[in-house]
Amino acid sequence: MTLDLNIFIAILAMAAATVFTRVSGLVLLHHVEMNERRRAAIEAIPPAVLMAVIAPTAFAAGWAETLACAATAIAARRLPMLMSVVIGVATVALLRAAGL
Amino acid sequence: MLQHSRPSGDFFAGMRAIFPLVVAVLPIGLVFGAVAATKGLSPFETTLMSALVFAGGSQFVAMDIWTHPASWIGVGFAALLVNIRHVLMSASIGTKMQSFSGVKRYVAMLFLADELWAMAEFRAGATRLTPAWYAGIVTPFYLTWVGSSLTGALLGAFFGNPTVVGLDFAFPAVFIVLVMGFWKGPETGAVLAASGAASVAVHHFVPGVWYIAAGALAGLATALWQHRAREQAA
Repeated sequence: MTLDLNIFIAILAMAAATVFTRVSGLVLLHHVEMNERRRAAIEAIPPAVLMAVIAPTAFAAGWAETLACAATAIAARRLPMLMSVVIGVATVALLRAAGL
Repeated sequence: MLQHSRPSGDFFAGMRAIFPLVVAVLPIGLVFGAVAATKGLSPFETTLMSALVFAGGSQFVAMDIWTHPASWIGVGFAALLVNIRHVLMSASIGTKMQSFSGVKRYVAMLFLADELWAMAEFRAGATRLTPAWYAGIVTPFYLTWVGSSLTGALLGAFFGNPTVVGLDFAFPAVFIVLVMGFWKGPETGAVLAASGAASVAVHHFVPGVWYIAAGALAGLATALWQHRAREQAA
């Protein structure tokens, strides 16, 4: 149960920064008039953010990751999420074991 | 059917929906706890960080740049940078919270981790997003993250490298499944292409986590550009 003061302040700083980012989008919505243009931009946020997060893994991490991403994407067209994720994880594990 | 669902039914439906991600976050939390232990954080400090920050990406980055004594400016600024995408995420999901009271919206935002946000966006696309359903995805995910961080901190280096069994790939895999679900035609394809290209390029040339913001903004710019082109054509 040790708690160092410096570490506690560092944790609080991280928490404050994170809360700030998570709340500010909602605050912005209150102060910005909605129009067609902004609606189109907001609709594009989910795919744009998700792609930005995974792109380095999908295209620049190695063949195992790229092929496993492709396998996951194909599986996702037919199978439920859990199955698709299992297929992705199994693919990457097999390909890494094979030395890719 | 879903319009008449009771809050408790929605809560359990949320718990069922988040189950795969709870399974996936468990080993990540264990690894985080173990890494934090090697950096000299006590199990209590590690648990406190997971409970108060609740943002895996920025917590791992903080461990990467951790110093003794801890630098609050360094890790605070890093958290701001890593989590800047949450501004966009919160603005987007905020437009889909008609069932939430004003206070509930702000409380919900405090738990806006990537995985929970993505699941909520996906839900909002299919049916009405309710506070009970959102609480159903947050509760098990939050408790698992905090609990597995504590367990990892206590057991320390007992946990090996999760890349061997491919578990590190669980989150990219989930995100791919979700991206496929947001597909609405060629216009989505252009947003994805712009975001992916900008992300990979910035990831390659710029150290740090700027690639996420760069990719997200490139995708947004593409959507705005498409919108203007449609308006001019009309």
